[in-house]
Amino acid sequence: MLQYIGKRLLSGFLTIWFIATATFIGMHSVPGDPLINDKAVTPEIRKNLEQRYGLDKPVLEQYLIYMRNMAQGDFGISFTQQNRAVNDIIREHFPVSAILGVLAIIFAAAGGIVWGALTATYRDRLPDIIIMFLVVLCISVPSFVFAALGQLSILRLNEWLGISLLPVAGWGTVAHMLVPSMVLGLGTMAFLTRLMRSSMLEVTASDYVRTAHAKGLSPLRIFFRHQLRNAILPVITVLGPAIAGITTGGFVVELVFAIPGLGRYFVQAVQQLDYTVIMGTTVFYGAFLVLMVIVVDIVYGFVDPRIRVEKTH
Amino acid sequence: MRPAASPLNTDDFLPLEQSAAAERISRPSLSYWQDAWRRLRMNPRAITSLYIVMAMILFTLLGPYIWQVDPATQVLDEISRPPTLGRETLLVEDFKRWDGVQVEIAAPTQRASEQLDAPTSLAFVGIQSTDAVRISWQPVAGATGYAVYRHELKPSGVNDLGLPLGEVEGAGRVSYEDRLGLENRRYYYSVVALSGREEADRFATIEIDLPASITLSEAAYRGLINADVDPATLVGTRIRLDAHPLGTDYLGRDILARIIQGARTSLFIGITAPFLYVLFGMVYGGVAGYLGGRTDNLMMRFADFVIALPFLLFMILFKISFGIGPGESGIMPMLIAMILLSWPGTARLVRGQVLQIREEPYIQAARLMGAETRYLIFRHMMPNVMGVLLVSLTFAVPSAIFTEAFLSFIGMGVVPPTPSWGSMCNDGIRTMLSSPHELIAPAAFISVTVLAFNLLGDGLRDALDARMRSK
Repeated sequence: MLQYIGKRLLSGFLTIWFIATATFIGMHSVPGDPLINDKAVTPEIRKNLEQRYGLDKPVLEQYLIYMRNMAQGDFGISFTQQNRAVNDIIREHFPVSAILGVLAIIFAAAGGIVWGALTATYRDRLPDIIIMFLVVLCISVPSFVFAALGQLSILRLNEWLGISLLPVAGWGTVAHMLVPSMVLGLGTMAFLTRLMRSSMLEVTASDYVRTAHAKGLSPLRIFFRHQLRNAILPVITVLGPAIAGITTGGFVVELVFAIPGLGRYFVQAVQQLDYTVIMGTTVFYGAFLVLMVIVVDIVYGFVDPRIRVEKTH
Repeated sequence: MRPAASPLNTDDFLPLEQSAAAERISRPSLSYWQDAWRRLRMNPRAITSLYIVMAMILFTLLGPYIWQVDPATQVLDEISRPPTLGRETLLVEDFKRWDGVQVEIAAPTQRASEQLDAPTSLAFVGIQSTDAVRISWQPVAGATGYAVYRHELKPSGVNDLGLPLGEVEGAGRVSYEDRLGLENRRYYYSVVALSGREEADRFATIEIDLPASITLSEAAYRGLINADVDPATLVGTRIRLDAHPLGTDYLGRDILARIIQGARTSLFIGITAPFLYVLFGMVYGGVAGYLGGRTDNLMMRFADFVIALPFLLFMILFKISFGIGPGESGIMPMLIAMILLSWPGTARLVRGQVLQIREEPYIQAARLMGAETRYLIFRHMMPNVMGVLLVSLTFAVPSAIFTEAFLSFIGMGVVPPTPSWGSMCNDGIRTMLSSPHELIAPAAFISVTVLAFNLLGDGLRDALDARMRSK
């Protein structure tokens, strides 16, 4: 097991290096540089600034310096927000995105498992038909429409109640997080519901469930011990990529609900070509995603003994 | 006991004559694709979706010829209008200078401190329209001027007269002309006499349901009136404005025309990008799977790296780094970025399929019989992979449409004024509360298209691949 984790971590580091290099190349191929925006008025000032930020060095040397600093966990200083370290920007704004993402994932996974199990149990009957219709609807409507509708319904609810029950936008308290995280998780929940439903149906048709019925176990026990536990496995496998999708897909929700997450900074940084912030956020996100996938795989190993055996041998 | 006489005799046990008829296949044999088509046709949901998809494509291709409205034309007095099939509107003369009403009155005899009366006989002058409203009244004894107010509700008292439009100086000037942002609705005009800077406590109010109107020259410019007819005879008649079946947007552009134009962006990206990256992924994965060994390992390692890139961040970065020149729409950079980032999924899928098929007995049999590599690939491998590929292509379309919409929504997609469904949603969300149709129309088009592709994908998967058949 340890050897497996080590191997995964090593390939994770390689992946992060690849992400960093690809970002560096992509970023430097954008025409212009961070200094053309407003600061470099005269050639002398420009020269000084270039020297200060190290932009006068050859690109390869810049790359090597950057990689060395990054390996030590230093993402540098932002170009556009003077004297603000990229590490500080991430430290301040990533937790917001992360909380939003974690809540959304919890909402999506819980909803997906419950609805999926329910639809499989009531297969081809009314609850199944209604829920699957809603699921297809959720998959087909873009997230920003849900965000807009979510905001609209908060507004109407507050109007109807006559009090400000939930804030329409902003960040800070639990009330702020509720609707945005639900909106963010909705698409994933729909996807997980479909997955859970088909996996549950497969399990229901399996021999060991029939055996359990034949032994005379109570249906409730069969449902929880035999069906649910096995049917959840595929859901766990896709949780890694789902976390990736949710955390990076958060910008729209952050934009609509005016949440100060990291996504907004990234968009801003790309527009202003703020090299260090672009590098910092992309590499950080990339590392986070790689880590999530590894964690989910390891957790999967614990949940499903068959996989653990397969991987160590 | 003897058995009863058997109905059988020895003739029954003679071998039958061999006949070719028994060997003949009585039903026509179905190829893989014929069988898939037969299954698909039995699935009403998938067939409906197929029709919707075809209708969308036809709508995109033929739309501009059927609905010949320029998506870039702005009509400034038709901003954010809800859907209409052509409102009727009053044709009025072009604006002419109005000198107002001036009456000769004697010098004030009353003291300024005394209470001034409300103006009497408040009345409208000429044709009232959204172009101009003209009112006049009888002079008030002792007044040095008048203040004119406009309200959208009935005034409840002297402190609730609404918007102060202006003041007229001089007791004899008893008229006012209002041209301030008039709309097709009910207004209450109130006039209060002034004494110096002091307003009287009494006021007169007059109400009007202002008809929507259009001036002759504007109507002629927009081609709404027949050039042969003498325009003067038309004044005061009602004419029909252009229809906007889906309303107009915040800049007064026709939404249906923009949706048709936007479909060319959204569906072009949504269909072309998946097609190209599935093609590339197929070749890449096919080569890796077929060659196997170290090459395969290396190639798939690279694909794993590309998959690990945070998709949306890199979409934005790559799209920007390809640059957008002046006058370009930004569609091509998005297309290229999408292809560069999305191919590994298909490559993995195809590689897996090829590895699996390579070991199938029929491939070995073909090889034993001396089949060449090219024959193996084109005759045996490709057709077997095709079904899976077609399904993944159908599912790739919705995600590409979403990606385009998403990028355009955050302002990183197509460049204005090129419309796309996503950028239209972005525009619509700002006016969501006052005119929801601007968001609903493009969002509905995205949703219906994506829904149709999703259901079609489900149907194709059931029809094409027995192993992937959903339960």
